[in-house]
Amino acid sequence: MTTATIQIPRESTTRMAPSRRSFADHLDTGVLRSNEISTLQINVGKLCNQACKHCHVDASPTRTEIMGREVVDACLQVLEKNRIPTLDVTGGAPELIPDFRYLVTEARRIGAKVMVRHNLTVMHESGHEDLPEFFARNEVALVSSLPYFLAQQTDAQRGRGVFDKSISALRRLNDVGYGRQAHLTLDLVYNPVGAFLPPPQAAIEADFKHELSARYEIVFDNLFTITNMPIARFDEWLHRSGNAESYMRKLVAAFNPETVAGLMCRNLISVDWNGKLYDCDFNQMLDLPIESGRPQTIFDFEMAELENRHVTTAEHCFGCTAGAGSSCGGAVAGA
Amino acid sequence: MHYYNEDDLERFGDIAKYQPHLFEKFMAWYQACQEEGALSRREKALIGLAVAVTVQCPYCIEAFTNSSLENGSNMEQMTEAMHLASAIRGGASLIHGIQSHNAHDKVSM
Repeated sequence: MTTATIQIPRESTTRMAPSRRSFADHLDTGVLRSNEISTLQINVGKLCNQACKHCHVDASPTRTEIMGREVVDACLQVLEKNRIPTLDVTGGAPELIPDFRYLVTEARRIGAKVMVRHNLTVMHESGHEDLPEFFARNEVALVSSLPYFLAQQTDAQRGRGVFDKSISALRRLNDVGYGRQAHLTLDLVYNPVGAFLPPPQAAIEADFKHELSARYEIVFDNLFTITNMPIARFDEWLHRSGNAESYMRKLVAAFNPETVAGLMCRNLISVDWNGKLYDCDFNQMLDLPIESGRPQTIFDFEMAELENRHVTTAEHCFGCTAGAGSSCGGAVAGA
Repeated sequence: MHYYNEDDLERFGDIAKYQPHLFEKFMAWYQACQEEGALSRREKALIGLAVAVTVQCPYCIEAFTNSSLENGSNMEQMTEAMHLASAIRGGASLIHGIQSHNAHDKVSM
């Protein structure tokens, strides 16, 4: 449900109090179980050229935690041995780690589809100017954050000057074929610039396509709407701004059981820069481990032992089930 | 002591303590009005915001500001909607100046 109205009871005429029920209590079975693993999502580290206000990784230019070759190789071996179809590379800015290009080219050689969560501005950093050509040569699927089609909102979330750099980067990507050729997909990500839920994905995608085309002649494939997670840097902002309680109440009130089947944690394994395994990138940031008794690192990865596991859940999971739901691929239920 | 209490927005349902059937009818009408129809949810949220500012209801202003944001509107668009509603309200006052003109003309030589 993405229509926001006055916060009055929708299903009863009794007073709506903040829910005291846990996330697990909202599930039909009380537990969330994973299915087949189709994506290996690796977070290669917290180093980034930006320090966005909503970042759940607390990434910034001063962070030093990055994935080394040993863990990179272990990820590649898992990918190849288990024929996992998709490698999803995130960070930080993944491009900043020394082994980034090695990781991508090797994963492509193995035959995996490679997705990179590319922040657009990193291609303006010294030594990274040829990223568009590198991405195109390896047919990397790009997923890039652009919280709004106007500078004010984008810069408010991602830093001064980020919008102009992002527009310039999108033009470069279009120039090498991204968003124009079927095998070079360019998807954008919308995050709300504040303590509110995303709009219906189809509607805001149509706006972005119209505005970016009309204003800048930029094209892209899909827009994913992602809900801001009440953790890390965004959670700190929620508390500083006095929005923490009401935002959490909003997420809980918007719980949509139709999103549960499509939650990303059911089909992926998340790996941190040290090689530790998690149910998702958010659990990784909260250091909520995978169910005990299952493999805990990429070095002892066993596919059969990781499927059908009990996914670790907590209050932040309401961020993925609010309204139309939220995943790394955007909304998961009809808006 | 003040008359508006922020928490009262979430207590709106308490109105149903008396004559609940009337509140239920109101809620059904209120929610149905905001569903996607000949107008989009975004258009309806902007109309709601403009009306909220016009009737100066702080609860409605907060609710429809959030509703507008959650339907993808930005502050430029929302401010235009608020200006239009306010201009209509101002115009509605100003056109009553003709009543004054008329009254003046009636008694003047």
